[in-house]
Amino acid sequence: MASDSESEEDFVSFGTPLEPLEEDEPLKKPIPLHEQTVKDEKGRYKRFHGAFTGGFSAGYFNTVGSKEGWTPSTFLSSRQQKAEKQHARPEDFMDEEDFSEHGIAPSQITTRQEFSSSCRDETREKARAVNAQNALIPGDTLLEELIAPAKSSMGVELLKRMGWKEGQGLGPRVKRKSRHQQSGDGSGSRVYGCAPPIAGSEDSEDDDDEFAPQDVTFAPKDVTPVDFNPRVGVQGLGYRGLDPGLALLGQGAPEHIDLFKPLSETRTRLFGDAPRGSRRGGVAGQAFGVGALEDDDDEDVYHRDSMSRYDTVLGGEEPGDGLYGWTAPQQYKNRDRSRDVSYVGKILDGFTLAQKPAEEKTIFPPPTLPPDYRPVRRFRVFSLTGASPALAEALRVSRGHMVQDEPQPGGRHQLDSGQRRTLLGEDVLQGPSSVLDLLKPEDRKRLLNLRNSASQPPTTTESKDMQSHAESSSSGPSALSNTASFVLQQQQEDALASWRGVQTSLQIFKPFEKTPSKQARYELYLDRLRQGDKDALEQSLDSGMTEWERSREREEFVRASVLYRPSSSSLSSRFTRAKHQEDEDTVEVPQDQEGDVDDKKAAVKMKMFGKLTRETLEWHPEKLLCKRFNVPDPYPGSALVGLLKVKRDKFSVFNFLTVTETKAPPKSPEPVKKSRWDVSDQKEEKKKDEALSELLSAARHQTETRPDQMSAPAPPAPSSRDQTQTERNQRGQEEEEEEEESRPPMDLFKAIFASSSSSEGDSEEEEEDTKEEEVKPEPQEVNLFNISKVVIPAVTSSSTQNQPTDVVRSQTWTQEEFGPKLPPPSAAWGRGEATPLPREVDKLSRTSNDKKHKSKKQHKHKKDKKKKKHKKHKHKGKPQKKSKEESDSSSGDSDEDGHHGDGQTLADNLLKRLKTMRSAQTR
Amino acid sequence: MAFPQPRPQAPQLPQHLLRTIDCRQGAVRAVRFNADGNYLLSCGSDKTLKLWSGSKGTLLKTYSGHGYEVLDADSSYDNSQICSCSSDKTVILWDVGSGQVTRKLRGHAGKVSCVQFNEEATVILSGSIDGTVRCWDTRSRRYEPIQILDEARDGISSLKVAQHELLTGSVDGKVRRYDLRMGQLHVDFISSPITCVCFSQDGQCTLSSSLDSTVRLLDKSTGEMLGEYTGHKMKGYKLDCCLSSKDTHVLSCSEDGHVYCWDLVEGSLSLKLPVGKAVVQSLSFHPTETRLLTAMEGRVQVWGAEPEQTDDDDTMAT
Repeated sequence: MASDSESEEDFVSFGTPLEPLEEDEPLKKPIPLHEQTVKDEKGRYKRFHGAFTGGFSAGYFNTVGSKEGWTPSTFLSSRQQKAEKQHARPEDFMDEEDFSEHGIAPSQITTRQEFSSSCRDETREKARAVNAQNALIPGDTLLEELIAPAKSSMGVELLKRMGWKEGQGLGPRVKRKSRHQQSGDGSGSRVYGCAPPIAGSEDSEDDDDEFAPQDVTFAPKDVTPVDFNPRVGVQGLGYRGLDPGLALLGQGAPEHIDLFKPLSETRTRLFGDAPRGSRRGGVAGQAFGVGALEDDDDEDVYHRDSMSRYDTVLGGEEPGDGLYGWTAPQQYKNRDRSRDVSYVGKILDGFTLAQKPAEEKTIFPPPTLPPDYRPVRRFRVFSLTGASPALAEALRVSRGHMVQDEPQPGGRHQLDSGQRRTLLGEDVLQGPSSVLDLLKPEDRKRLLNLRNSASQPPTTTESKDMQSHAESSSSGPSALSNTASFVLQQQQEDALASWRGVQTSLQIFKPFEKTPSKQARYELYLDRLRQGDKDALEQSLDSGMTEWERSREREEFVRASVLYRPSSSSLSSRFTRAKHQEDEDTVEVPQDQEGDVDDKKAAVKMKMFGKLTRETLEWHPEKLLCKRFNVPDPYPGSALVGLLKVKRDKFSVFNFLTVTETKAPPKSPEPVKKSRWDVSDQKEEKKKDEALSELLSAARHQTETRPDQMSAPAPPAPSSRDQTQTERNQRGQEEEEEEEESRPPMDLFKAIFASSSSSEGDSEEEEEDTKEEEVKPEPQEVNLFNISKVVIPAVTSSSTQNQPTDVVRSQTWTQEEFGPKLPPPSAAWGRGEATPLPREVDKLSRTSNDKKHKSKKQHKHKKDKKKKKHKKHKHKGKPQKKSKEESDSSSGDSDEDGHHGDGQTLADNLLKRLKTMRSAQTR
Repeated sequence: MAFPQPRPQAPQLPQHLLRTIDCRQGAVRAVRFNADGNYLLSCGSDKTLKLWSGSKGTLLKTYSGHGYEVLDADSSYDNSQICSCSSDKTVILWDVGSGQVTRKLRGHAGKVSCVQFNEEATVILSGSIDGTVRCWDTRSRRYEPIQILDEARDGISSLKVAQHELLTGSVDGKVRRYDLRMGQLHVDFISSPITCVCFSQDGQCTLSSSLDSTVRLLDKSTGEMLGEYTGHKMKGYKLDCCLSSKDTHVLSCSEDGHVYCWDLVEGSLSLKLPVGKAVVQSLSFHPTETRLLTAMEGRVQVWGAEPEQTDDDDTMAT
């Protein structure tokens, strides 16, 4: 084998030998021309063009055009566009691939030399040099450092002036000793992150240690900053190229690759320390195979990396038992075995006993119940002291079902409020101490019965009550009066019970304030009630009155006393009166409602018009109204319209008499009160007693006393009409009396008002009907409250004048609630025909026929009017006598007639007198 | 007026019946002169309003459109418009020439008993038994009143306008005078329900008739009573009163079929004009001349101060 190799070495052969030709192999066919193709370096076919040129395709199919066609460049005048003059360089016409051929460097933006290396940062350079140790060609930075001119920055210059030298660290000088010690400690510590790599540098100082004088200080070692350069290669993490240390010095790959301290080894080598391990020749590394000089072949040439060489966990080595991570490392480490020992139970694998024992919840034992404890709650509602003994006894008994005996009054919680009050020494509150005290005895009894009957079957008393009730109800109308009287009796007893023993007489509501005498009687009655007088009612009534009046008054008094009974007084002792009266019973009303009508009335009576009757108020007209009237706005700034508002008593009908547009026509304040209209004295009843002056009060006295004295009419009215006046007055008084007595309670008013208003709202246009409806309630009222007022028309005369008067009647009737009536359309027909004006007779007769016809027609509408109304006034031909008083009082009829006659004669007298007066004047 | 004229006597009273017009419109609720006194307006209970020639007594126009009897009417100063009010709660503004309804003003809650233009006919004032006076704007198209005067506690029975003042008589027995210029409301208390109020021609006095059969002349500024006129009968009906054109006499209707005429100063009855047997419901005095209109039932009578003197005794037949 050796000879063979030697013989081979004798020949020198050049070129590539042809493959040995085998004889029996057929000759290769020459490649036909069409298959002989030329390809460029990218494998594209090239075509030959032209016989002589031998050139390849140029342009677009040997044209100067393009795929889109040849487009000559548009002419651009260079005059205007001199700036855009292009200087074509040869590179512009060359392909990129041809640059290298002609020595043209690829043009890129690079830092120019003078800028890149002028201001060299030494430390920077050093860091780069250190990091360059990883590079494939080590030491090129060092070379650059050597070549580059030393140029230092201003900061470096300053430092040098201050005594700093290159290679030294900054800071106060330190003793070598301490630093050495420090370095020894530091070697053991593991540093993460960006800590300055000091280990290598300190190691390099080792040789200085021997001759370190005590008093010599040294500058601190220079700190090498970390060079952060991004990883640009395609190698994976942890790849190291040719490690010069390993490769050149022959150090084997470490067992463990520390990713976080990759450079420590190299750095030490860089700074010139001696390698510790045995020096070996040859290049080692991943990139290189085994060199020729490598003597041990079994060394792992091809780097085989394994994950076991890398750290997978941050931190220290884990203990080997594999339980790491189950519990916290600290506890895991310093666990106390003694506790484990004390623990008798089995500790689960992977668990330890807790360091601190869990806090034990102390559970207190439930209180021991007293032997006589019964789980029943007792309600102490009643204080037995205040209630009636029977009730107290009953309550005690009822409670005794559960409790054997009274609880001992020992504990604080067992005291009731009364006992506590006595303990505290408080005053006893006035009034009832419990709700039961407010009940009437019979109610209390009933309550007791209910209590008892809850356990027992329904008692017979109730059924008896029911029976009796049924009896009374079935007994029919004949018993009604009895029941009514019975009710009255009941009410009376009620009133007696409630009023008895009430001391306070102040603040009693005065229901009959309008008639002082009646009020006085009422108060007398109340007084007697308070004293517990059984027949207080009978005694307090006026014996001078008729039986009927007395019965009415009796009824009223009882009702009033029950209504306004001092039931509140028993409660009121529990409350104190408010210091400031709430003005809830006042309401904002226009100012002009102020004023004393009383005094004015008196003034009118005295004919003292002027200051007394005049009221001047501030009134704000609407702006537009002023404009329309061509008047400046008197209150330019004010937004108010109308009168100023003042507070007034809420309970006045007038306050609520505001009319909205959609509402039914409102009635005058008291429609039922018919005499508001023509009896001027009527208003006097409403007055309060306040005197403006002696004069006025005197005058008023005159007018006020009248209603009470039935007999004596006031003597006013001077001059000629005094006779009629007195008559009128008299009649007016009578009416007033009746009026007042028959004043129904408020709810009736409400009922009337409500019904009428609703009916009116339905059909406003058909006034006839609505008017009738409005009127209807009145007879009803009469039936209810004033039997004497029920008018039974006795007059049944049927004359030819019937219809016109009927019409008249109905019309006046419909209007009488609202104010001054309109005269009837053809009132005096019968009379008018008889005595027309001389000249107009013929005309009149003609018109009268028309009139009659018309009135007949009108009458048809009013057919359904009440008969009695018609009849009542049939006999009267005089329309002007149709005042309201007739309609209500049957006695008014005769009165009316008499009055009428008087009026006639009076008028004659008057005329005569006047005539004489006039003639006397003229002459 | 170099020397005081002799006191106006009987000749200057409208005591001669010049004409009787049968209006044929039911009862005549009100009769009014127009602004210059040449025409008459009669309000009928048959829902019509009629315009008559004052001198000849011929019917010129009938205005129908109300839903119920017409209660009062007034004509504007230029005779171009008429306003009327009715029991149907409406106020109607009429165009005189065409007889068409220019505007129908709704809003009152009850019968509208009186109506009046202001001097320039820019505002219609209407008083109703609902106790309110409503001021309607004739210039705008608004159908809401400019202002509602609801001070009255009862129905408004009468209403008059003079310049910047508005006089209302109410059933609550008070005469209210709204002074727009001063922004004041003067209330005069006259106890008895007021049926009619008037301004005097000189604007210094107010006249008010009430249901206590009294006509009172009050001083406008102070409210003092200047005169009281009684003798007539006004107990239940809403009847008119007025002053004569020269403020010399006070006239009032009466329920006894007469028109009473008192001397304003003396308060003495100077004339008792027999109109008929029924109630004299309405009267109107000519704004300048001595001419009187009275309305009784369906007739309107025109009275004048004719030279031929009629016998007082004759007319005063009982």
